Amino acid sequence: MAEFKEAPADASAGVKLLTWVDNRFPLTKLYKEHMSEYYAPKNFNVWYFFGSLAMLVLVIQIVSGIFLAMHYKPDANLAFASVEYIMRDVPWGWLVRYMHSTGASAFFVVVYLHMFRGLLYGSYRQPRELVWIFGTLIFLALMGEAFMGYLLPWGQMSYWGAQVIVNLFSAIPLIGPDLSLMIRGDYVVSDATLNRFFSFHIIALPFVLVGLIAAHIMALHEVGSNNPDGVEIKAHKDERGIPLDGIPFHPYYTIHDLFGVAVFLIFFFAVVFFAPEMGGYFLEANNFIPADPLKTPLHIAPVWYFTPFYSMLRATTDVMILVLTLVVGLAIGAVWLRGAGLSSKVKGGVSVVLLVIAALLNIFEAKFWGVVVMGVSVVILAGLPWFDRSPAKSIRYRPGFHKVLYAIFVVDFLVLGYLGIKPPSEIGTLIAQAGTLFYFGFFLLMPWWSRLGTFKPVPDRVTFTPH
Amino acid sequence: MSDQQIDQSKRTWLIASSCAGAVGGVAAAVPFVSTLTPSERARAAGAPVEVDISAMQPGEKLTVEWRGKPVWIVRRTPEQLASLKKTDPQVVDPESKRTAYPIPTYAHNPHRSIKPEYLVVVGICTHLGCSPGEKFKTGPQPSLPDDWQGGFLCPCHGSTFDLAGRVFKNKPAPDNLEVPPHMYLSETRLLIGDDKKA
Repeated sequence: MAEFKEAPADASAGVKLLTWVDNRFPLTKLYKEHMSEYYAPKNFNVWYFFGSLAMLVLVIQIVSGIFLAMHYKPDANLAFASVEYIMRDVPWGWLVRYMHSTGASAFFVVVYLHMFRGLLYGSYRQPRELVWIFGTLIFLALMGEAFMGYLLPWGQMSYWGAQVIVNLFSAIPLIGPDLSLMIRGDYVVSDATLNRFFSFHIIALPFVLVGLIAAHIMALHEVGSNNPDGVEIKAHKDERGIPLDGIPFHPYYTIHDLFGVAVFLIFFFAVVFFAPEMGGYFLEANNFIPADPLKTPLHIAPVWYFTPFYSMLRATTDVMILVLTLVVGLAIGAVWLRGAGLSSKVKGGVSVVLLVIAALLNIFEAKFWGVVVMGVSVVILAGLPWFDRSPAKSIRYRPGFHKVLYAIFVVDFLVLGYLGIKPPSEIGTLIAQAGTLFYFGFFLLMPWWSRLGTFKPVPDRVTFTPH
Repeated sequence: MSDQQIDQSKRTWLIASSCAGAVGGVAAAVPFVSTLTPSERARAAGAPVEVDISAMQPGEKLTVEWRGKPVWIVRRTPEQLASLKKTDPQVVDPESKRTAYPIPTYAHNPHRSIKPEYLVVVGICTHLGCSPGEKFKTGPQPSLPDDWQGGFLCPCHGSTFDLAGRVFKNKPAPDNLEVPPHMYLSETRLLIGDDKKA
């Protein structure tokens, strides 16, 4: 506990008030730790805008959400009409609603770019593993938040999208059917489902999200930010213990981020005002038809931000299971042929585990494994700090073929996303299957490929030219 | 680390009271989790539905709602019934032997119904719960094989079913369409949701 401080007798009223507060609440301490004496590397580039932009979108979503909840009715008979009421009769309601719906997509745009930044510069590497894991959890919570929010307008796409996704859980052996029954609270998606999704969407998950974001930032400020060079700025400090390559977050990066905010808002409101439906990608045409439990729309697909993962779910057919079994077989072969440094006990253990996986692959139905593939494709991100064994954190100092792999990974992700929007086709499934194998190969083989190649020397200090 | 002696009896009580607290916490979670299960009203809403089928012409389909799900009643033409012979080798489970869904014993036959003419099935795909569309027109058409005999196509993931609701091989759906418990109250009155004698 800090000792009780006295403001000088001739101090201004403001200083006296601050001293009074500081003796009772660590206001100045918090301000210094997280703002004025939080030293961030001075070589941040454009990729470093997306963290603060994600915070901005969160605020937009919370504020617009509060006002939407004042007019929205979470009732299967009233929900659709109440959304139209907001759009037509509530003064400026259309703006608040379009901000919220565009905000959902913007959140994912910003978060995907934020995550890709981490991938580019190895921001998840030691000592930032927990920052990254909290980030993965935030992404998961965000997916839940978006999914539940999408049911609320009670349109055809809301209804059947929820029907399909909730039924995914019923594919889990043994507990599946009861679990999906418990999620819906009824035998089909119904009023009970709508009401509970509303509760999760506006209370439970926002709390979880805010808590995780607080943990994400506290962990970040404990270890300090990474930077485009992937070098630790704390390795070189001046006599006062301040990193030589660091600058105070406030005012330097607060002002810097304000510029990012301004640019972002130009794009954001361009969409809100001129293309809120974004050609059917942000708000799907079928969702302007009220939910009809007796009739599925001719083509249903999730909103764009889920489609890469949805593609991988659809790609998991019986043929894919066969391929996966073969891959597991190859892995067993690799353990015995190439695992020279391992004791035969380890080899035996790994082989048994892999054999069990191969057996399970063929015992349970492809439908279940599709759900597993989709789940793992998101959760696998959390493993990155341990998959990546590259001597250089930043892509800047990694071999050319790493950049090529990263580029293919991005294209792969976009292609999977595109295929997920389209109705299933034979050629599409084939491409999605290849894409799924590459996606998982990229992560699971990273411990090997990330070590290969000629690395450029990593500088001692960050590269920065004053301007 | 403190170099104080560990008081074993205090530690025992700490462990015991923590365990008791954990048990209490789990017990407190039970009522909350229970509220997530279907309410009494939702359970009661599964009441049987009575349908008048006297006006149905051969080849027509009627959709009624039972437990919030669409239930189809199809009055099949003789040709449509004959097509089931042709699709027999193309479907996964021609005799409805699989047990993933409770299929009433009177549907364990190729036409999957009490009366061969009338098909009664739940119109929800056994894959991920979309409602398939009717494709009664025979012959080549988009998304369907060229020797199509009439049946149903699920728009979500492309599963196809024949006119007895039997799923074709190599499709995402693992099971035939569910047959709800049903019975004939008279020649023209059908009760869906109950098959016990009243």
